[in-house]
Amino acid sequence: MEALTDVVNAIVLLLNFVVVPGLSYGSQLALGALGITLVFGILRFANFAHGDTMAFGTMMTILATWWLQSKGINLGPLPTALLALPVGIVASIVLLVVTDKTVYRYYRHNKAIPVTFMIASMGVMFMTNGIVRFVIGPNDQRFLDGERFIIRARDFKTMTGLNEGLSIKLSQGLTIIIAVVLVAMLFWFLQKTRTGKAMRAYSDNEDLALLSGVDPDKVVLVTWIITAILATIAGTLYGLDKSFKPFTYLQLLLPMFAAAIVGGIGNPIGAILGGYVIAFSEVIVTYAYRKVFIYLLPQSLEPEGLLQLLSTDYKFAVSFVILVLVLLVRPTGILRGKVL
Amino acid sequence: MSFLSGENMTGGYGGADILKGCSIDVNEGEIAVIVGPNGAGKSTAMRALLGMLDLKQGTVLFRGKDISQLTPQDRIAEGIAFVPQTNNVFTSMTVYENLEMGAFLRDDDISSTIEQIYELFPILEQKKDQLAGELSGGQRQQVAVGRALMSQPAVLMLDEPTAGVSPIVMDELFDRILEVRQTGVAILMVEQNARQALNIADRGFVLVIGENRHTDTGEALLANPEVRRSFLGG
Repeated sequence: MEALTDVVNAIVLLLNFVVVPGLSYGSQLALGALGITLVFGILRFANFAHGDTMAFGTMMTILATWWLQSKGINLGPLPTALLALPVGIVASIVLLVVTDKTVYRYYRHNKAIPVTFMIASMGVMFMTNGIVRFVIGPNDQRFLDGERFIIRARDFKTMTGLNEGLSIKLSQGLTIIIAVVLVAMLFWFLQKTRTGKAMRAYSDNEDLALLSGVDPDKVVLVTWIITAILATIAGTLYGLDKSFKPFTYLQLLLPMFAAAIVGGIGNPIGAILGGYVIAFSEVIVTYAYRKVFIYLLPQSLEPEGLLQLLSTDYKFAVSFVILVLVLLVRPTGILRGKVL
Repeated sequence: MSFLSGENMTGGYGGADILKGCSIDVNEGEIAVIVGPNGAGKSTAMRALLGMLDLKQGTVLFRGKDISQLTPQDRIAEGIAFVPQTNNVFTSMTVYENLEMGAFLRDDDISSTIEQIYELFPILEQKKDQLAGELSGGQRQQVAVGRALMSQPAVLMLDEPTAGVSPIVMDELFDRILEVRQTGVAILMVEQNARQALNIADRGFVLVIGENRHTDTGEALLANPEVRRSFLGG
């Protein structure tokens, strides 16, 4: 009986520190990677400004949240930011459409090579980053309100009588649910609607899509709109879960690109898969397993160290290493995408 | 007056002229074939009719209307369909979705057209839920032709439809093309397999370095000793 309880305690420990954070971080990465993969599939370039699009959309959501909070409007237990999301989404749609009209369209009409687009997107990245820092500042911003937890560790312990508690933050639960709903909507759109099919056709074979009468300007516009929606929601969920700091969003670019490439860039299912692969790798490699082994091993074998493979400071190295490995071993990604 | 005609076309892809005053035309319910040696500008002549290169001289007329200034997209909307030689299917989409994409510009019910395509190419009905990228070369060509026909075009242009398929599949494809002609569609084809193509052609154009060398009925060209000697291998 004692042994069984130890195993359950170990499982709860892993659920609490690995599975739940991995799922929510993975969902955030997946939504971000979807935007990158869509732009790559349709516009055919690696969009380095994506992290800062997320930051911009989140910033606008935060500003709207603060305004709503100052008016005393809230959603009760849910974060007010959900109510403010449409403002952030509309603002980032405007941002992306304006940058397309002023920057990318010029290169598209000149049939520029993808590297030129990529460098242009870095320019957009710096510019967007500058706007965000100028408006909201470079520091941490908190905008979370409402209920904090779905299950608190203490309540879980009294409920089950276990030593270890499982806590699920409301922001984590929301992240996972919203990600599932968004992804389902996106796939329905791509598979069933006329515009969605036109987007897939354009991504598959641009010349033949044009020969079939697909309007390239419309496809590009819809792609930016979807990208803005995904980026703003992903950024806001990440901000609710952790905190909002412009620089963090710039750093998110690496794991998001890694996710898109690992899964197979240009392939939406791959982006989702890649998001979870990267997130779980990061969490698994940086978690200290000492307590888990204390539960599982006999007392005489009790480990002395932390049993942590990598310090959390190195978590970005994880996505980088996975990225390099995938590019070396299987450049098309886990599911076959385009070769970069 | 011809249904679709390019008269005195001169031009290329920016460098030297590939077409030098070449004229091509096709009538309703007729198969016209462009043949000639490699580099004669056969595909280029067809692309010129579709507006995929800038002509320095010459006009393209469709149903008596000058369409020389229209973009390829606008010409397609007018009722010209084009099957490229390569990359002519959406490999990541199902056969059915490929056909649907062919009807992208149509607002009416496409189910009866799909039935017609299935009658013409029964294999496509069997494979309708399969990805086009998983099909064999001959089946892909059928998807490609089917996709083009879905727009109910007045003119169907085929760029080497039998390139890279086996002789049996080639005969089969030519049979199907003859069936398409029955529906009144004007068919313009570029072909490497000159003898077989001229066999089913109502008219043929023999191009040499961007100029018309011979223009006659398919039968007459096959019988012409000079054409036989120079282009058909005796």
